[in-house]
Amino acid sequence: MYGKKVKLRVLFIFLLLISVILSIFLILKSLEENVVYFLSPTEIKNLSEVKNNKIRIGGMVKNKSIMINSDKITFVITDFKNEINVIYFGSVPNLFSEGKGVVAEGFLKDRNFLIAEKILAKHDENYMPPEVTEALEAK
Amino acid sequence: MFFSQLGYYSLIFGLIFSFLLIFVSYKDLKIINHSINSKIISFVFFQLFFVFLSFICLIISFINSDFSNVTVYNNSHTTKPLFYKISGSWGNHEGSLLLCLLVLTLFIFIFLITSKKEPKKFRIITLLFQQIIIIGFFLFLLITSNPFSYLFPIPKEGLGLNPILQDPILAIHPPILYLGYIGSSIIFSSSLAAITQNYVNNKWAKNLKSWTVISWFFLTIGIMLGSIWAYYELGWGGFWFWDPVENISLMPWLCLIALIHSVIVLEKRSQLASWTLILCISSFTLSMSGTFLVRSGILNSVHTFANDPKRGIFILIFLFILILISIFIFFIFYKPITKDQKNFLYSRETSILINNWFMMYFLSVILIGTVYPIFLEVIADEKISVGPPFYNKLLIPFLIPFLILMAIGPNIKWIQDDIKLFNLRLIFLFLISVLISYFVLIIIGLNGLFTTFLIGVALYLLVTTISDFFIKKKINLSQKISHFGFSLLILSIILNGIFSSEISTNIKVGEKYKFKHGIIYFEEVKNFKKQNYISVVTTFRIKEDNKKEIFLKPELRIFNQPENITSEADIKINFFSDKFLVVNLVKGNEYYNIKYQTKPFMIWIWLSTIILASGGLINFFQRKLNEK
Repeated sequence: MYGKKVKLRVLFIFLLLISVILSIFLILKSLEENVVYFLSPTEIKNLSEVKNNKIRIGGMVKNKSIMINSDKITFVITDFKNEINVIYFGSVPNLFSEGKGVVAEGFLKDRNFLIAEKILAKHDENYMPPEVTEALEAK
Repeated sequence: MFFSQLGYYSLIFGLIFSFLLIFVSYKDLKIINHSINSKIISFVFFQLFFVFLSFICLIISFINSDFSNVTVYNNSHTTKPLFYKISGSWGNHEGSLLLCLLVLTLFIFIFLITSKKEPKKFRIITLLFQQIIIIGFFLFLLITSNPFSYLFPIPKEGLGLNPILQDPILAIHPPILYLGYIGSSIIFSSSLAAITQNYVNNKWAKNLKSWTVISWFFLTIGIMLGSIWAYYELGWGGFWFWDPVENISLMPWLCLIALIHSVIVLEKRSQLASWTLILCISSFTLSMSGTFLVRSGILNSVHTFANDPKRGIFILIFLFILILISIFIFFIFYKPITKDQKNFLYSRETSILINNWFMMYFLSVILIGTVYPIFLEVIADEKISVGPPFYNKLLIPFLIPFLILMAIGPNIKWIQDDIKLFNLRLIFLFLISVLISYFVLIIIGLNGLFTTFLIGVALYLLVTTISDFFIKKKINLSQKISHFGFSLLILSIILNGIFSSEISTNIKVGEKYKFKHGIIYFEEVKNFKKQNYISVVTTFRIKEDNKKEIFLKPELRIFNQPENITSEADIKINFFSDKFLVVNLVKGNEYYNIKYQTKPFMIWIWLSTIILASGGLINFFQRKLNEK
C-alpha cells in the first residue's frame, strides 16, 4: 500500500524514538544511583535512618575544633543548632579554616560522625553555604 | 572620572547606532540592487568604534585606579600589578559583558565585510538579527550592570581582585572563550536570515562552515586554558571535574562539533538542512543559557560575581525572546529543500548522521546532569550534586562504538558505498590495535576486558587516521589532524586516569614522610614580601624508589586585599609524567597539609587538545585560500 520510501522513513523514526527513550531511561536510572544529597547537620540529626550512600554536609567549621596530626584532620561542622564530627584523611583547600564555611563529602558512620573523602571550600573569602546563611539569619 | 563618563556615553551612542542601523537596513531592504547601502557598513563600523572606545575607557579607569567607578572600586586595588589591573577590567561581571558586546559588534562587522558575495537581503537580515542580540546586550549593560556607575564619596582604596583570578592564563581565558561563544551568535543570526530568505543551501553552508570552525577553535582553546588554570591553581591536580560551570561550556562545544559535521553534508549533498538549522540555533541558545546559569548565581563558582536577581531575570527574558523568535521563524518561514535524492544506508552521510546522534547523546547526558539538580532544588527543595561517577558511567562505554565509527566513517564514500569492498585494511588495523592494547596492559600488569577495548579502539582511531594519511591520495588534512588529536586526547585521558596516584599527609618543617614508593622530606620554609602579597615558599625533597631525587617548591600566597590565600602548586613537567606538589596551611597550626601527585601524560592532554583545535584553524585557512 505504501511505497518503500515511506516504510523506510517510518522504520527510521521508530528506531530513533526507541533509542531516544532508551537513552533517557538510562540517564535517569544512573542519575538515581549517582546523586549526592546535600544536608545540614540538623537535617542529619533528623534522619530516620543512616544510609550507606555518599552525602555532602554543609556548614561552618566550629571555632577551636580543628585538630591536626600527621595523618588526619578532625573538625566539627556546625549550623549553630547541631554539630557533626568529621574525620578526614587528605588535603584541604586553602580557605578551610575555623569560623568559615565548608562542605564535606563522605559517608556517615552515625548521626554524629562523618568520614570525609573530600573537603570543599569556595574560592571566595565571602562565600558561605546557603544553609549557613539561613541559619545565621534565623539566630 | 572623565573616562567613566566618556565610556558611558560611548555606550549610549553605540545603542543609538543600533536603532539607526535597524532603520537604515529596513529602508535598504526595499531597494533592489546588488550591493548594500554603504551607510550600513559605516554605521556598523561606528558602533564597533564606540563600543571599543567604551572598553578602552574602562581599561584606562582600571589602570588609573579611578575608584569613583564602582566596578573599579569592587575589583581593583592600587598595589595590584599593572597587568592584573588591565586583565581585571574583564575579570568581573560588568567588564566581561562589555567585552562580549565588543566581540558581538566586531563579529558582525567582520561578517559584513567578508560576505560580499552573498545575496544582499541575506546579509542585511543577518545584520538585523545580530542587532537584536546586540541591543539585548546594550540594555543588559546599561540597565542592570553598568560598568561605569558612579561612587561618592570616592574611596581611597579599592577592594581588590580575587587573588585566584590574578593569573596570566586567566587573563586571556575570558577573551578567547568569548570569541568562541559569541562566534556562535553569527551562526544563529545567519541561520535565521537564511531561513527567511530561503537561502538554506550549499552556498550558505560554505560560509557557515568558516564561522563554525573558527568559533569551535576558540571555544576549544578557551576551555583548555580554563582547564590548565584549574590544574595548577585550584590545587586539585586534575583537568576536568564535571563541575556545572565546565559542563555548560562543553554543551555548546559538542553542539558545534555536531554542526561542523552536519554542515558538510549540507554543503556537499544538500541534505540534513533542517537538522543543521536546529544545531545552529541550539549552539547559540546553549551558550546564552550558560551565561544565564553562571551569571544569575544559580550555579556557584568562580564565575559567579555579586549576585543580583534582576540580572538573572533579564537574561532569562532575553533568552526566552531569542528562543521564541527562532522557533517562530523556523516554523513559519522554513521551506525544506525538496530535491528527490536517493539515500543509501551505507554512505558517508549516514556515518555523519550517526556522529551527530552520538553528540546529541553526550550533550543530553551533560545537560540532564547539570540541570537536574537545579530543577530538583526549585521543585522539591532538595539539594543534590551530580558527580563524576554519573558522567563516567554514561559517557565512557559509549566512547567505544563512537571511536570505532569515527575511524571507519571517513573511509566510507559519499552517496553509496559497497559493503563488499569493505576493506581488509580496516579490519586488520582493528585487530592489531586491540592486540597491542591487550599485550601492553598485560606487561603493565593490568587487565580488564573493558579497559582493553577502550584503549584498543582509541588506538584504532589513531592508527587508522595515520594510515589513511599515508595511503589515500586525496586527504582532508584538517579532518585527519583533528581526528588524530582526538584519538591522542582520549588515549592520554585514559592513561592519565589509570596511572595517576596521589598521597596526602600533614607534615611539619624538618619532618619526613615515608610512603609506599619513597620518602618526602620537608626541608624549609621561607617568606618573601611581594607587591601585593606575602609569598611563603616551601621546599620539599622527594626521593622515590629507583628515581632521581627531585626538589619541589610549592608556594602559598597570602593576600591582604582581599584577604585570601592561594596556593601555587609546583609541577615538574616531564614528557611522560608530571610530578605535582601542592601545600596548604590550616590557620593557627604548624602542620602543613600537602598533596603529592603523579600525573602521567598530563602534557599530552594539553598538546592533543591543541592538535585537535588546530585542525579547525587549518580548515578555516584552507577555505579562505580556496576562495581566493
